[in-house]
Amino acid sequence: MVQVLFIFIPIIAAIFIPVLFKKVRGLHTGWFVLIVPVVLAAIYASYISQVMHGETIVSEVNWIPSLGISFISYIDGLSLLFSLLITGIGALVVLYSIFYLDRSREQLHNFYVYLLMFMSAMLGVVQSDHLISLYLFWELTSISSFLLIGYWYDRDRSRFGALKSMMITVFGGLMMLGGFVLLSIMGETYSIRELIAQAPTLASHEWFTLSLVLILLGAFTKSAQFPFYIWLPDAMEAPTPVSAYLHSATMVKAGIYLVARLTPIFAISETWVWLVMGVGLFTLFWGSFFAVKQTDLKGILAFSTVSQLGLIMSLLGASAVAFHVDQAQDTVFKFAAFAAIFHLINHATFKGSLFMIAGIVDHETGTRDIRKLGGLMSIMPISFTVAAIGSLSMAGVPPFNGFLSKEMFLTSMLAMKDFNILAMDTWGAVFPIVAWIASVFTFVYSFYFVFKTFTGKYKPELLPKKAHEAPIGMLISPILLASLVVIIFFIPNIIGDVFVKPAVLAIQPFLYDSASDIPIHVSAWHGFKPELFMTLGIFVVGFLLYLTIAKWQKLYKIMPDWLSLNRLYDRFMTFLDKDLNRFSKLYMTGSIRNYLIYMFAFIVAITIGTLFAKDAFTFSMEGTAPIRFYEIIIILVLVISTITVLFSKSRLTAIIALGSVGYTVALFFVIFNAPDLALTQLVIETVSVALFLLAFYHLPKVSRHEERIGFRLNNFIIALGVGIMVTLVALSAQSQKLVPSITEYYKETVNTLAGGGNIVNVILVDYRGFDTLFEITVLSIAGMAILGMIKLRLSRKENEHENK
Amino acid sequence: MKTNDVILKTTAQVVFFIIFLFSIHIFLAGHFAPGGGFVGGLLTSSALVLLLLAYDLKTVQTLLPINYTIMTASGLVLALGTASIGMFLGRPFFKHYFDHFYLPLIGDTELHTAMLFDTGVYLVVVGVTMTIIQSIGGDD
Repeated sequence: MVQVLFIFIPIIAAIFIPVLFKKVRGLHTGWFVLIVPVVLAAIYASYISQVMHGETIVSEVNWIPSLGISFISYIDGLSLLFSLLITGIGALVVLYSIFYLDRSREQLHNFYVYLLMFMSAMLGVVQSDHLISLYLFWELTSISSFLLIGYWYDRDRSRFGALKSMMITVFGGLMMLGGFVLLSIMGETYSIRELIAQAPTLASHEWFTLSLVLILLGAFTKSAQFPFYIWLPDAMEAPTPVSAYLHSATMVKAGIYLVARLTPIFAISETWVWLVMGVGLFTLFWGSFFAVKQTDLKGILAFSTVSQLGLIMSLLGASAVAFHVDQAQDTVFKFAAFAAIFHLINHATFKGSLFMIAGIVDHETGTRDIRKLGGLMSIMPISFTVAAIGSLSMAGVPPFNGFLSKEMFLTSMLAMKDFNILAMDTWGAVFPIVAWIASVFTFVYSFYFVFKTFTGKYKPELLPKKAHEAPIGMLISPILLASLVVIIFFIPNIIGDVFVKPAVLAIQPFLYDSASDIPIHVSAWHGFKPELFMTLGIFVVGFLLYLTIAKWQKLYKIMPDWLSLNRLYDRFMTFLDKDLNRFSKLYMTGSIRNYLIYMFAFIVAITIGTLFAKDAFTFSMEGTAPIRFYEIIIILVLVISTITVLFSKSRLTAIIALGSVGYTVALFFVIFNAPDLALTQLVIETVSVALFLLAFYHLPKVSRHEERIGFRLNNFIIALGVGIMVTLVALSAQSQKLVPSITEYYKETVNTLAGGGNIVNVILVDYRGFDTLFEITVLSIAGMAILGMIKLRLSRKENEHENK
Repeated sequence: MKTNDVILKTTAQVVFFIIFLFSIHIFLAGHFAPGGGFVGGLLTSSALVLLLLAYDLKTVQTLLPINYTIMTASGLVLALGTASIGMFLGRPFFKHYFDHFYLPLIGDTELHTAMLFDTGVYLVVVGVTMTIIQSIGGDD
């Protein structure tokens, strides 16, 4: 109960932020906000000792009990790790933002409300054990991310980036919801724990692969995997604290979390392994390759994030392979899940610090364009140190934590070719090669990022501001993160035992019984293994490429712009907007005639189709009355008048012919023994003919030419179709009466119960007087409407006033 | 040019009462013979239309100073009220009551609440028809 409430603490705190912002003007609002993540981080840190030993902590609050929907906070190694990342980096980001955002110029109350909302959402995502509440929090992260990216909403690029990220992540979120629903139908439970428990039976279900693909779509869009990564570079329009927090450390890892969390369910499927690993590796390569093309500091970091997320994703895919191997604990596959989680921690530390440095550079020099920057090393020594530590760690250079996880990544990828099922023996060799090339580019862009910015020639004439070192408050957070980068390198096994192994247990429960069973010991030096030579190769080739970067960077210009995924997205958005609009205009012509054609055509098609599909069309002459002579005569008159209506040249003829149709119908009522109907029909027909004549008399003189109705084949076919349809339905209904009529009851009781003799009238006023009541209401409304239309002419009145 | 249609006017005076009485007959006979509130109402208004044709709008309005809008409304209220009687007596909506009474002059007569409802229908029909015809006819 209490534990679930912890998730909501940030959102509850957000309620007070606007008040604090308005009332306490002297102090930066961020200081109040800072309390929340710090307290939460302390709370979650207190769980560490329990979770380290493989314990899990569950707490539940019912939300909609009748539908089985509840908030379940489930804390195991994986969710605790993420919760600590969210609150810990959250605290650092809030601290950083206090110095980054100006108190008097920025709308801080908006910023911190969104940020706290996001924090709650993210905690909810990683702790929810319930699929529906997980989805709820998932979409809340999308919404708060949308708000944060569009924080400077008066800028065009911000709004564009916010919309783009919203479109893509919400698309993925909805797909994921579909996957969740399928999963919950298959397993008959919403609880992820219970689904994991029955994972083997789920795999044989026909929807298994479908739900797998849908859920992966959600994870890939959120974690910016290929080809959905395109929103992330545009999301860089957000304030830098947001980019550091959402778009490097937390939200983009929600997809990673989802894949890790559901690995025990889906690892059994080959599709999962191939999709997760393949897409992850390709994203790794693609992101690192295009990072070098960027000229914006945050653009480089965005592509680098995409690439690193691909790396983690591919490792998670590889960790699913372990499910298919016997005795996986003893093989090299054991590294994959460990490396994924370890790199996730490392990435959060170095990427967070790099984003903050990019923000500092932007803040202190006024630009993020790497072409204008250079030679800042002596001006901003602390920033440079931090940036160098982060970049070198990202490049995988010792003595930083990125080196360790990169080594384990290479180990896992090298292991792929030893693996002889799922067609890995033929394709397995591709993985280490792609991984190696991607690592080379990672090395290049890491160097590109830090050395192009801080070394070289200082160009003060290009900078909008005079560069100087950032205030210390802004530097605290990146320094802390950078020192973590170094510390983790020296104590990887403590981090491994405390954080990584419990998380690995959650990813691979099919391998281990408890966290201490995981037989992995990280060491910086592990002998002359192939991965060591690969790393050396990365350093050498990467360094050479970096030195010659000016020569080959032009290569990127070869690729035409219209081939890019961004252009594809833009095309799609214009398609949705303009092209679909044009398409609607094709059939929404505004002409009633066309709409009537659609309606009639569809009614005819559906009805006749149904008649034949259901084989409902029968024709029997049984029970029909004999045809009498005067019926034939009346029908002839009726047909002749109808044809006259259609082919008359003058409207007056048509009106009179229509009147003749009406009177003939009255005659029919007479011969079919319906005196009441005949009476009414006669009078009503007279009135309506008189009204028609009135309308005819008032036709405008100008365009009043007498001519026949023109022949149109469309109209003819549709009219014929409607006629045939009605005839068929009538014949079919006449031939298959299923129940006897209720008439007998009326006949028997008309005098005894209702005290009358005229059945028609008694039905009208007594048996079914309700209808009559509302029919006279309809009549009154019609009368009042005519009165209103004639008497109330505002437009004419206004004109009169104008003329005066 | 003003025509002197004395024949039309004189005939209209006589025929009006014949049609009016016939319409009342049809209306009252509705429960046992063809007819009823609807046809009765239409016939009554046709009698009024005859007057309108023979004379003009103003004359007819001075002769019969009836507000047809109010007539329509009171018809609706009467119909709804009749239908609601049952509810006040603990019976369902639209419960009708009838019985035989011995009335002076007329003799044994069946009185039926459905007749009240039909009166409502009659009033609405006359009111609406006349509203439409008068408003269209009075429009220029």
